[in-house]
Amino acid sequence: MSSQHTEELHQDEHHGEGMTKGRILKVAGILSAITAVEFFIALYLVPHDIMPLHIANPIYIVLTLFKAFYIVAFFMHLKFERIGLMIAIIVPILFIIGLILVLTNESHYWIDLRG
Amino acid sequence: MSAQVSSIDELKTTPWAGGKSPFNVEYGKMMMWFFLLSDAFTFSSLLIAYGALRFSAHTWPMADLIFQSVPGMIDHGAPLVFVGIMTFILILSSVTMVLAVEAGHRMAKKEVVGWMIATVIGGFMFLGCQALEWSHLHHEGFWWGSIPHELGEYFKAKKDISAVSTQQFANLFFTITGFHGFHVFSGVIINIIITINVLAGTYEKRGSYLMIEKVGLYWHFVDLVWVFVFTFFYLV
Repeated sequence: MSSQHTEELHQDEHHGEGMTKGRILKVAGILSAITAVEFFIALYLVPHDIMPLHIANPIYIVLTLFKAFYIVAFFMHLKFERIGLMIAIIVPILFIIGLILVLTNESHYWIDLRG
Repeated sequence: MSAQVSSIDELKTTPWAGGKSPFNVEYGKMMMWFFLLSDAFTFSSLLIAYGALRFSAHTWPMADLIFQSVPGMIDHGAPLVFVGIMTFILILSSVTMVLAVEAGHRMAKKEVVGWMIATVIGGFMFLGCQALEWSHLHHEGFWWGSIPHELGEYFKAKKDISAVSTQQFANLFFTITGFHGFHVFSGVIINIIITINVLAGTYEKRGSYLMIEKVGLYWHFVDLVWVFVFTFFYLV
């Protein structure tokens, strides 16, 4: 049973292989490009008053989430794993995002308390 | 005795029917994923505390006014340049790590060693940069529980100056980048151990370079955390 088990694992591992050298370099290019865009906003658009901070900040966060997706999906290979593992990892992360939203709201309340 | 098997005794073959891993990953790799999930909770709690303190403060020191220097080259007037170099170093070392994993799939021992050494060098470069950044801030007067006497240059306007916010910034900065730096350091040590194992032929004998994938997961996670630290400490 256990030897059959490991054989299956090996077969699937080769079957699910998704990262070729070309793909790795493509993802690396995307990550570098997103970082470059972030620097362009932080060092050029915001100091020259072309883009106000309250618009730049959400853009930073969205770009960061894109980077996180590319790192987790491709570098950490999660996109090519079974759906069960994907759900086991991603669903708890959603709880963290929920906690972030709750505490951000809470801190807006604190600032009102401080007056 | 009827030859018919009742439906309850039929052998199920679905992924969750038992007898095999429903996730179809090796035990150690799955445990690495679960460890990283717990580590994500720890880092999130630190970053959430940072967010809550920052949003509940009226003013906050400006990152692009604090991080103005490239140690050894430019003393002032180069906002975020040094941290940009650090970010690219860490992304590049993540790339060399995936290339090591990819070479491991092809059982190419020499290539694995080469990429692993590149990853270790990238890790040391990042740690070196962070040490320089820390000592630079320390010389300016920032540390846990201490801030410079003159705070005017860290805020956009005079009326914004707040010693409380600056102190919170200093404490959170050293705690969070310190915790991250400790992770990078552990990652470098683990990578060195794995590289020595590769050189000794451990994984060739085992028939699979899966171990490279597991330490790779950890290393990418460290990179992932830096992406968030970078955004929330330096950009926002």
